[in-house]
Amino acid sequence: MSITTTNLAPNKVQVDSHTINFGPQHPAAHGVLRLILEMQGEIVERADPHIGLLHRGTEKLIEYKTYLQALPYFDRLDYVSPMCMEHAFALGTERLLGIEKDIPERAQYIRVLFSEITRILNHLLNITTYALDCGAITPALWGFEQREHLLEMYEQVSGSHYHANYFRPGGVAKDLPAGMETRIAAWCEQFPAFIEKLEGLLTDNRIFKQRTVDIGIMTAEQAIEWGFSGPCLRASGLPWDLRRTQPYDVYDRMEFDIPVGRHGDCYDRYLVRIAEMRQSLRIIDQCLKQMKPGPVKVLDNKIAPPSRGTMKRSMEALIHHFKLYTEGYHVPAGATYSVVEAPKGEFGVYLVADGTNKPYRCKIRAPGYAHLQAMEVLSKGHMLADAVAIIGSLDIVFGEIDR
Amino acid sequence: MVEALQAAVLAVLPDVVLTTERAGAELVLHTGREGLVALMLRLRDTPGLEFAQCMDICGVDWPERPERFDVVYNLLSLTLNHRLRVVVPAGEATPVPSVAGIWPSATWFERETWDMYGVVFEGLSDLRRLLTDYGFEGHPLRKDFPLSGHVELRYDEERKQVVYEPVSLTQDFRSFDFLSPWEAMTTLPGDEKVHLNRVEGPKP
Repeated sequence: MSITTTNLAPNKVQVDSHTINFGPQHPAAHGVLRLILEMQGEIVERADPHIGLLHRGTEKLIEYKTYLQALPYFDRLDYVSPMCMEHAFALGTERLLGIEKDIPERAQYIRVLFSEITRILNHLLNITTYALDCGAITPALWGFEQREHLLEMYEQVSGSHYHANYFRPGGVAKDLPAGMETRIAAWCEQFPAFIEKLEGLLTDNRIFKQRTVDIGIMTAEQAIEWGFSGPCLRASGLPWDLRRTQPYDVYDRMEFDIPVGRHGDCYDRYLVRIAEMRQSLRIIDQCLKQMKPGPVKVLDNKIAPPSRGTMKRSMEALIHHFKLYTEGYHVPAGATYSVVEAPKGEFGVYLVADGTNKPYRCKIRAPGYAHLQAMEVLSKGHMLADAVAIIGSLDIVFGEIDR
Repeated sequence: MVEALQAAVLAVLPDVVLTTERAGAELVLHTGREGLVALMLRLRDTPGLEFAQCMDICGVDWPERPERFDVVYNLLSLTLNHRLRVVVPAGEATPVPSVAGIWPSATWFERETWDMYGVVFEGLSDLRRLLTDYGFEGHPLRKDFPLSGHVELRYDEERKQVVYEPVSLTQDFRSFDFLSPWEAMTTLPGDEKVHLNRVEGPKP
């Protein structure tokens, strides 16, 4: 074989652009993302995410279920932060029922408390698996231990690690078990030290910074027009947090800071999440201090089931229970777009009720959906390996994107 | 807060219909398809409205209406901290102007609405299906689309490939009509006055 290189300029090789299939089965795709990447050598020219591989028709299914039966579907959306999804649906249903003023204070505190536990759960998974994508294994091993403690708290209140079905329209399913507050407080004691250790592994890590600093930059203007929310928006420098700007439940009584990034790159998104975990701890602490004993669901038995004890004695309670779990309650006709600040961003439920016991339409607005859409803008001109870092930094979970 | 927004919207767009939802807590703007893009641009760019973010676009199906779909836009202003919902009616054959040129985030939301309802968006460069399978037929969130779908797929050991087959349910899907539990029992004697006094609720 003879090669004539005389006509070619030295060090200049012409490479045709070619297309590669990233996923749907790829450990760094965070689920079933099929990303069609058009590459110029190792530079990403175009990125076209194909989603829907986990589409289960949640919105269609919800139209065939009563409001109470629809709630568990929300655990299965963003399965990394289940209770925040439930929160959005519970708020929406309560608003349509017109009972949002009647939710007992303790229920609101419990919901805020567990929303923040959920936020830490989510950020722990995201940060650690993101580090895994960038080549660090240890954070994932450490983080999962902490997650396990939190999931045990989930289990103690709801009976399940992930599919909690705990926040209900009208309050929460049941009160915290005895000693729960002390256990949460004890866990909070040791967690700041863990964040320090985690930061010790990553924040000044040269490899991690090389993989993330100045990668996938989103300016504030871009972040706004692409519909960003949550940590991804804040990393671009916008101090926007629904817990502060449009507070729900008892968030208006909580003192916390909104961490904001400056560059909007992958590293800032990581830093914002780390800082948010510390703020979540503050909120948990305040909840535990301010919480008082009391009822945990609305007293109206047409919406919240009566206690098991009364059911054994009262005929009326028995009828209420039966009607609630067969027919459910009828929600007055109307529509609402209810949002919560989920760990990933603005999680919204657009709920249309037609006066029956089933939602007429339930549109789920997932934050990750908008973030993933910007994948092409974020990864254009970067290397293939950077695309992995960008996906990790966006905090993609396919349960909520594909629905 | 909603009243101030209502006044601000009416000052800029005097000929739109504004309603509120949930006893005045959420503002809804009803408008037609014509001039939608211009209207959205004004909503985004007018000082005092500043709806810089389009958080969600979705369809709602009302089969009994002549134009059976509503396209619902949920807009958010980060600077002024208010929300607005824009509702535009659409039919199966009447395209809705795309707002993807105003908010790039609308692209996927419009693709999804096309996928789920079959609402066509005029001017959207990328009107592909998004969530359903490659080669999927029909629009699954329409009310006349069955919950079970039309096809199911399984791996065929003999052909060594995944095959699509018509759905076969071993047990029919049971949907209980809670609005009229006694509908089937019209012949019961002594029951006449129930039917005389019944208030007909909306049908699912």
